[in-house]
This record gives sequence, structure tokens and C-alpha cells, in this order.
Amino acid sequence: MPEETMDDEQVAGNPVIASPDIDTELLDELVTYLAHNRSDLREEWARRITDTQLLSVMTGEEIFTEVTAVYDNYVDALRTGSVETLQAYARDLSERIIPRGVETHEVLGIVLLLRDVLARSLFVNYKHDSDLLDRILDAYEPAANRIAVTVGVSFVEERERVIRAQQESIRELSTPVLQVRDHLLILPIIGVLDSQRARQLTEQLLGAIQSNRAKVVVIDITGVATIDETVANHLVQAVEASRLMGASAIITGLSSKIAQTLVDLGVDLSMMRTVGDLQGGLEEAERLIGYLRGSSATETAARSGG
Amino acid sequence: MPTAILRQGEYLVASIQSDLSDTEVLALRDELADWIGRNRARGVIVDVRALDVIDSFVARSLRSIAIIARLRGAHTVVVGIQPDVAIAMVQFKLNLIPLRATLDLDEALALLDRLTRGDGGDER
Repeated sequence: MPEETMDDEQVAGNPVIASPDIDTELLDELVTYLAHNRSDLREEWARRITDTQLLSVMTGEEIFTEVTAVYDNYVDALRTGSVETLQAYARDLSERIIPRGVETHEVLGIVLLLRDVLARSLFVNYKHDSDLLDRILDAYEPAANRIAVTVGVSFVEERERVIRAQQESIRELSTPVLQVRDHLLILPIIGVLDSQRARQLTEQLLGAIQSNRAKVVVIDITGVATIDETVANHLVQAVEASRLMGASAIITGLSSKIAQTLVDLGVDLSMMRTVGDLQGGLEEAERLIGYLRGSSATETAARSGG
Repeated sequence: MPTAILRQGEYLVASIQSDLSDTEVLALRDELADWIGRNRARGVIVDVRALDVIDSFVARSLRSIAIIARLRGAHTVVVGIQPDVAIAMVQFKLNLIPLRATLDLDEALALLDRLTRGDGGDER
């Protein structure tokens, strides 16, 4: 018994499509058959794709071109036993169709459709000899499954790569700290604030306070739709940390929804200096800075006078 | 290493040069409280620029220095908190409102001038 189990495992883990116990002649027969009926099967597949309304963002012509390419790659993968070319093609295809909004279920759907189309055609072709049909399907099924998995995984991987790249660029774009004039910084926040972004934002803000010797920072959150408790606390901490760096923070553009959320959450806002909009915030900032300036001017005058 | 306290006009300046043990922090606190009374100081400046880390005990002690100084009639300004330190300090969930902070000594002196003239109430 243990020996048998080991055998099974070896077959399952085998990277080559054609398992050793499958007759290569059968696989040749299969490949020849598929190459021979190329145009019929291709059309059948394309028709089923259109019927099931998959790939609705693509035109019939486009679908047919891709179908042809995938079909050829598919047969090729069956013949050579290597999915590398198919994998490269699937990546390339994913790169083209992801920006157009093709979903994962569609890609999986069309690959499974091809599997069905081919299986059915094999069945029709070999049904006179059920023994041969059996062996043909034995050769076909593991290979077809592996190909379907390859295409599906390539698509998902490509999608994940795109998402990662986008996250990266959002992170880079998302926290500009702008100096408006001496001692005054503006930090406009747009989009979704999550914990990680809030932390990164605090770090950038404090760095900018130090290097620009800022006395006042206006944090504008007009572009933030919602906020949760963690992020609200991060914001409060950013304001407090700014104060520890000698800068007063003014929060502007707090929407009524966020204001309500903050009250409901019971976040302590006694530390926060808030002004309705960015314009008001800048005026308040000017007043603060003018106040700082004015008093140091009087000081100097008083000192030199005395 | 105990922290030296210098007198500059109406203000006291304590410049912390290296990480302090808990005992040293408490000693600084008591000494400052004592000096404020003796020198009739109106302001205290604590320079922490040399510190890469401020733990919760030191943060709490800075806060109590500020409160004690206030009770003795002086304002406290902490100078030179580094960005990382500031982020760490706000995580301790202490009420740090009694602590005022500036980036450097000049600003600290200007802030104390304003505070002791009594028109600094608006500055947070």
C-alpha cells in the first residue's frame, strides 16, 4: 500500500504534462487530431464564448484572434509538454485585457470552455471505440487541467502585479507636503486614508517640519470621504507629534460626515485646531504666523530700545 | 551622567547630553524644581536633541517637569525632539499639553518671551 501512495504522489507532482504511464503515441494522436480540426474547434469555442457572454468588452474579431492564438499555444503545450510559451502568452494577454476590465471569472470561464469544447469533440470522434476514448481522455485530462491552471494563475498573477504597482504609485503620490511660504506647510490629503498611509504621512510631515522649520501646518482633508477610529487616532497623533516638533497644526475641510463619525467614536479632539475650509485655514495660519512674527518684532524693538 | 543646569537671565537651560537612567531623570526633575524657586526663574528649557529615544518614563517625567514648573511659576519648553522620537512619544497616550516644544533654542527663547509676557495663551 505505501508504495502505491508514493507512486501516486510522484505522478501528481510531476512537472511534465505527459505522465510516464501515458502513451506518447496517444498524445501524438491527440495533437494531430486537434491540429487537424483547428478551424472547426476554434470557431466552436469562439461561438460558445460569445453565447455565454464572456469577454463582453471585446469585439467578435478580437475574440477570434485571441482564440486562435490561445488554441495554437494550447495544442503546442500539449505537444511539447512544456507550458512556458503558453504561460508567457497568457501573461502578455492578461496585460492587454486587464486594463479593459476583463474579470477573473471570464478568463477562467473561457479556459474551461475550451476544455469542454475539446473534450466533447474528442468524445464524438472516438465514441465508436470506448476503450480508445478512455485512453485518449486519460492523456488529455491532466494536460488540459494543467494548461487551464497555468492560464488562470498567469492572469491572477498579472492582476496582482498591476495592483501592487498601483499601490506603490499611490503611496508615492499620496503625501505631498507643500511649503506655501516661510514657516507654513500645507498637507492636502486625498483619497482613502488607511493606517499605513496615515503613519507614512505623519513621518513625512514631521520630516518636512524639521527641514522647513515650519511653525504652522495646515492639514486639509477635504478629499477624504470617510475615516475610522484607527485613522482618526493617527490623525490626532500626527497633530500632537507636530506640536512636539514646535509646529501648530490646523485641520481643514472636515466633512460633516467625518465630524459626526469622530463624535460618535468619541475621539478626543480637544487638541485639534480646526477650520471649515482650506481658505479659512490659510487665513488662520497667516494670523498665527503674523502673531509669531509681530511679537518677535516687538520683542526685538523692546530689546534694542531698552 | 547628571545633567547640568545653566541659568540664562530669567530662564533655566538643562541640556541632556546622553540617555538618562530613571534616577537621573528624577534627580533632574527635583533639581529643576529647586532651581526655579531659588532663581525666581520664569522659564525652563530642556534640550533633548541628543536623545534618539525617549521612553515612556522619560516622557512622563518631562511632562511632570512641565507641570511642577508651572506650579512654581515657570513655563517649560522642550527643544529638539527628533521626528522619530515625536512619533514614539505620542504613542504613549500621555496628555502632553503641558509640554511646549520648539525645534531650536532661539525659538524656545522667543516662545518663553511671549509666554512670560502673558500673550502666549493662544499658542498651542
